[in-house]
Amino acid sequence: MEIWRLPISASQRGKLISAGYTTLSSLSSISSSDLARESKVSESEALDILKFASHSHSGGSEMSSGNCSIFEGAQNAWDMLHEEESLVHITTSSADLDNILGGGIHCKEVTEIGGVPGIGKTQLGIQIAVNVQIPHGFGGLGGKAIYIDTEGSFMVERALQIAEACIGDMSEYNRFIRKDFQACEIRMQPKDILGNIFYFRICSYTEQIALINYLDKFISEHKDVKVVVVDSVTFHFRQDFDDMALRTRVLSGMALKLMKLAKKFSLAVVLLNQVTTKHTEGSFQLALALGDSWSHTCTNRIVLYWNGNERYAYIDKSPSLRSASAAYSVTPRGIRNSSSSCKRIRMM
Amino acid sequence: MANKMISEIPLPKSIANVFAARNISTAKDALSLTEFELMELLDVGLTEVRSALSQISEIVAPPYQTALSLMEQRFQNEHLGGHFPTGLKGLDAALCGGIPFGVLTELVGPAGIGKTQFCLKLSLLASLPTNYGGLDGRVIYIDVESKFSSRRLLEIGLRSFPEIFQMKEMAQEMAGRIFVLRPSSLSEFTQSLQQIKVSLLQNQVKMLVIDSMAALVSGEHEQGVRRQQTLSWHISFIKSLAEFSRIPVVVTNQVRSQSHDEASQYSFQAQSRDGIVETPTRYDSHLVAALGIHWAHAVTTRLVLEAKSGQRFIKVAKSPISPPLAFPFHITSSGISLLSDEGMELMGPEINSIHCQGHNEIINFRMESLV
Repeated sequence: MEIWRLPISASQRGKLISAGYTTLSSLSSISSSDLARESKVSESEALDILKFASHSHSGGSEMSSGNCSIFEGAQNAWDMLHEEESLVHITTSSADLDNILGGGIHCKEVTEIGGVPGIGKTQLGIQIAVNVQIPHGFGGLGGKAIYIDTEGSFMVERALQIAEACIGDMSEYNRFIRKDFQACEIRMQPKDILGNIFYFRICSYTEQIALINYLDKFISEHKDVKVVVVDSVTFHFRQDFDDMALRTRVLSGMALKLMKLAKKFSLAVVLLNQVTTKHTEGSFQLALALGDSWSHTCTNRIVLYWNGNERYAYIDKSPSLRSASAAYSVTPRGIRNSSSSCKRIRMM
Repeated sequence: MANKMISEIPLPKSIANVFAARNISTAKDALSLTEFELMELLDVGLTEVRSALSQISEIVAPPYQTALSLMEQRFQNEHLGGHFPTGLKGLDAALCGGIPFGVLTELVGPAGIGKTQFCLKLSLLASLPTNYGGLDGRVIYIDVESKFSSRRLLEIGLRSFPEIFQMKEMAQEMAGRIFVLRPSSLSEFTQSLQQIKVSLLQNQVKMLVIDSMAALVSGEHEQGVRRQQTLSWHISFIKSLAEFSRIPVVVTNQVRSQSHDEASQYSFQAQSRDGIVETPTRYDSHLVAALGIHWAHAVTTRLVLEAKSGQRFIKVAKSPISPPLAFPFHITSSGISLLSDEGMELMGPEINSIHCQGHNEIINFRMESLV
């Protein structure tokens, strides 16, 4: 029964069905006053119902308009290819890591990054929040960042260090590459970089949900935000929940909203996750937290892990990238390539 | 903020009434439900639910600050930009000033290595006036295993700051600022925490020490999952306490031996074809920090104290600002002190491992020298 698809309240739906209107086509040729009389709803409600019905119905009848809007809201794959090719990335400052990521963290997508404590998740989060601000002249997005801190791990001194190193790298690039051209003066100061990071501190899961709901309005007012980092998305959901089913529903609602944000504003969403132990195949293994249903919701998933003495990143899940791992290191300047030069990238 | 009453939020009258009728009184209740569930429950349309949710969310969401204003605020209002110097120069330099305010710092190590000694020194330092490098405030020391020795505390004070502690009134004043609590069970601890949270600011408490966290949990009989959950509440509570009061919180933790079926790899690591580095071989004395991985995620800074080849080291195992450095230290009558301010940088997960070799000799030797 297509009436179920309409975003109307349960009682209105009930009245329509009991009056005999079970399909959308039955609503297509009736006037609002007749509808109001027959199903005993008010005139304004009837008008709204008809508006919803015509909205969802009109998609099916325009077969003839050659280009994109055959199905309302759909886009054909050829047009999407053009969009995907012009997709922008945010560099992680480690060339190996950028390589396996296909250029960097993708905009318009949600990327989940998880790992054991001390592996460098917050470091990567801060690096991304700084790198999104690299100006267009240096191949960056020139955007701002939102950093949502649920654990208190954001350290301003570290962000300042990374910002200084980023500007240092840009000046060096200037000197080596562009010395023949009009040097693109770096007017950015480390303090400016810090000023472009919007920091939110979350103390409970309610605040987390509220903030993610509010982000739509916030980003509409700050259109140059190009990345949202949540550090970590797990913390407030690991306790406080006796009802696991509720947790799953709330988490998937949150993930959907973030995906919508990413697509609507063409920004990247980076979610940092923690690790838990899982009993599979007779042994205990490490796995990212928040359960199996959560692992379906993110578009991309990167696991940071120790391999011998090196830190590695592994692409666990991606619609377009191959499974591969690459080494990286955490230096006083931020995330950089690993210093050992042997076989850094491995395809799985 | 999460428990904000719906009645206090300016929503259109009609929907506010419906919320009340359906017993959704706090923002938490409203936000825990999905849009669809709310539509079903309240019997209103999608647009109204959406607009109500967005209004509630806007009010409940915390305000933002740019990282720049955060930094300026910290440097203006807080001691050394939010750091508490420990007096161990190399460590303070690595930690960008000292133990950070507002977050948990963990001291983990085998028994007898010096965790309580470190805590005593820190408590003493915190009580000192600011011109001596202290926080000039009160310290709450939660002593679970009854290891707090005020005699030892005063001895440390006398040796390290003789000009203060030789005067009886000053010694009394400083020692009088350290309040020791001895909870005998987890529930007593919970109660004490709640009381502390309420009276923290007005009593000018500048530091909280919990020695040790692991002892609280191991005393309880609940096993496995339930134990994890009881601890979760405390972790969350202590973190929020640290956060809102902006004080350094130091927690000590015990070690336990690594069990055979310990999880150490991801599923994709076990599957890879070409032989990469195999599982690190397990030594008999392979120790890990107690309290599990959830706790390990919750602490912001982890300092590992260990003994290796007859020498004690304090290692910065997890820190947002410091590279993985190890400093050799020893314990004298004036407390803990570093043998070298130049830390050795350790590679890889080595920084997290806890050694306990050649330890017994150290204890015996030191006990004699302390007498």
